[in-house]
Amino acid sequence: MTVATEELRERVRQAITNQKRPTVTVLSSLLAAQDALGYIPDEAIDEVAAYTEASINEVWGVASFYKNFRFAPAGEHTVEICWGPSCHLVGATAIIERTLEHVGLEEEGETDDGRLTVRFNTCLGACAQAPVISIDHLLRGRMTPERAVTLIDNIPDNDSH
Amino acid sequence: MNAGERPWIRIGTELNGQAAGAVEVVEGFLSELDKRGVEANVDEVGTLGLSYAEPLVDVLVPGNSRLLFSRVTPEDVPTIIDEYIVGGRVPKSLAFASLGDDPIGVVPDLNTMPQYSLQRRIAMRNAGHIAPGDILQYVANDGYAALAKALFEMEPSGVIDEMKASNLRGRGGAGFPAGLKWSFMVNSPGPVKYIACNCEEGDPGAFNDKAILESDPHTLIEGMILAGYATGATNGYVFVRHGHDGPIDRAEQAINDAYAENLLGKNILGSDFSFDIEVALTGDSYVAGEETGMMEAIEGKRSMPRFKPPFPAAAGLWMKPTTINNVKTFSYAPQIVLNGGEWFSNIGVNNSTGTAIACLTGNVTYPGIYEVEMGMTMGQVIEEIGGGVPNGKQMKLLQTGGPLGGVIGLDSLDLHIDFDEMQQAGAMFGSGGIIVGDEDASVVDLIRVLVTFCQYESCGKCFPCRLGMTQLLDQIERIARFEGVPGDMDACERVGTTMKIGSLCAHGQLGFNPISSALQHFREEFEIHITERRDPTGRTSTKFYYPKSTRPYAEDFAQAQPLKVNI
Ligand SMILES: Cc1cc2nc3c(=O)[nH]c(=O)nc-3n(C[C@H](O)[C@H](O)[C@H](O)COP(=O)(O)O)c2cc1C
Ligand code: SF4
Ligand code: FES
Repeated sequence: MTVATEELRERVRQAITNQKRPTVTVLSSLLAAQDALGYIPDEAIDEVAAYTEASINEVWGVASFYKNFRFAPAGEHTVEICWGPSCHLVGATAIIERTLEHVGLEEEGETDDGRLTVRFNTCLGACAQAPVISIDHLLRGRMTPERAVTLIDNIPDNDSH
Repeated sequence: MNAGERPWIRIGTELNGQAAGAVEVVEGFLSELDKRGVEANVDEVGTLGLSYAEPLVDVLVPGNSRLLFSRVTPEDVPTIIDEYIVGGRVPKSLAFASLGDDPIGVVPDLNTMPQYSLQRRIAMRNAGHIAPGDILQYVANDGYAALAKALFEMEPSGVIDEMKASNLRGRGGAGFPAGLKWSFMVNSPGPVKYIACNCEEGDPGAFNDKAILESDPHTLIEGMILAGYATGATNGYVFVRHGHDGPIDRAEQAINDAYAENLLGKNILGSDFSFDIEVALTGDSYVAGEETGMMEAIEGKRSMPRFKPPFPAAAGLWMKPTTINNVKTFSYAPQIVLNGGEWFSNIGVNNSTGTAIACLTGNVTYPGIYEVEMGMTMGQVIEEIGGGVPNGKQMKLLQTGGPLGGVIGLDSLDLHIDFDEMQQAGAMFGSGGIIVGDEDASVVDLIRVLVTFCQYESCGKCFPCRLGMTQLLDQIERIARFEGVPGDMDACERVGTTMKIGSLCAHGQLGFNPISSALQHFREEFEIHITERRDPTGRTSTKFYYPKSTRPYAEDFAQAQPLKVNI
């Protein structure tokens, strides 16, 4: 437990001390920590507070405000489905329904086997190819419910995250 | 443009290209060319705006016009190489258009297709033509010529004069005159002053800012340096939402390359002027796009808007003088400085000069990013360029101006794209999103999605917006679930009025717009929901999906009494 904690701390420290952009803030440090770990554990809050000379309160305030921060590990792969209006008008709901049913979820979240995180996104930025989903950050447009589940079933298993 | 004697293959890989499969097409070209030992230059470029044709592959065989292939799949790649690049025969089934002085006979000339010919590209003039990662291609197309002209032939005040003469109005939504805004900061005390570029672009349905970053980032960087010179600023930020790796990487590479050429940094091009730019990222928050929210986010805090005054030109980032503009606004500046403000002011209509960059999406045949002269009608953009509604259906509604804009009816097809005309009609052009809905679109259901967005994104700083949006969402959801009661719409209006008067920033002030505009044009549909308990478009599903955190405690509320706010 303590070894794991110390290792987490070390990874956070690495991530936040190696930020390449000149302006380092609570937010930039939290983003760097989440990029490295995939989520914000309590240890990251501590480390960011220490590094940026902010209070734990301030750091939590920022982390809980922005909706991209998560506080538990994500699944091995992340599927995001856009529910923005451009996608909504051309069939996003059917894709959400089919995907959730296929992976056995009721709403956003992680599958029981830890393989997938499903997240809804307000706009993936490729609205001209609506409906849009993304799989591990790669955008996929002109989507249909069937293609979505096929793509999800065919995500290659890899060792990295 | 000249890429030597080898064939030049350009593939559009910005977000809309990527979503259409362009990444695999690039890989396909690289490996198939390699396999055959065919020498060619392959560049990833931005977008010509023709998103419906992506993945778009543009092949220039020396001595010919450019030949464009649309909706290319990796399976098409060998044919394009073997038939066209090596064999010199045009594969008719795959070819989409030609572009150049000497049209390739068997395919249409892109210059005769309305999706291209009706565009007037200024901010996006290089988009899709040059490789965003190659500063030399930008320089070869008049790049940084405006900067050199400003530094060595113009006083800072001269740059501001040209901007004022251009009558360019900010493209981030509010349409504030850019030259005037720049002039506010001139006399603010230094030594540190900031130029901040707003590329938060949280509006669903708008993607032109990211498209500029991905297609031609140097245009933006040059515009920001010009703004810095004109206002006496020392530092710039390009503010982007994390996770959009393409736009972020392109911007960062452009900044690095500009430093390497002494276009940024100390004594730019040997002049007395020094200026630095860096990228700052935000987390997911729509209100981070509001200018004072953006400053909070750059400082690393919650992106909650500030009270004004003080205004940013007096006390902005870290309480230092700051000028904030949208990506598009800055991206016009180089051409304005180069060609003169008067040139720009002659383009467009009335008090809306220049071009509009429309992002056309939804139920439309040719979705894309079209830069058109201000003054074109919405109908022209949707019908002539966008090809109207597909599948023989009728158009029903437009959603413009982002989620805080309006849902409007077909009478708005006659509206000209003109800041003032649209605003008077109760519509907004905003940052350029035009979403088209066909006869099957349920207005109530679409409004529910927009209100959900506005509620989800309320920052919570002030109560009229925080509570008001939640109340509106509860009410709209009830109506959409066929559980509304007469009087619901009046209750919404009371809440909406309070939000308009009492909210701190435009998010709350405009948060009632989706409902009020829809009521103006489609009131009947709401009434049928309430009185007849059905959706006239035939929608029956009452299960709604959106992020859990919309109302994290919704279940607790549901068990208690329905929320009653009597305002
Ligand atoms: C909730 C909210 C979100 C906004 N989001 C953006 C945005 O993403 N990009 C943008 O340029 N302006 C946005 N604005 C407008 C900015 O506050 C500001 O007016 C604009 O960046 C100024 O640039 P301009 O003068 O070039 O238009 C937003 C405003 C509000 C109220
Ligand atoms: S109006 Fe809404 S978004 Fe703006 S400050 Fe108030 S709560 Fe925040
Ligand atoms: S609304 Fe779905 S990608 Fe923009």
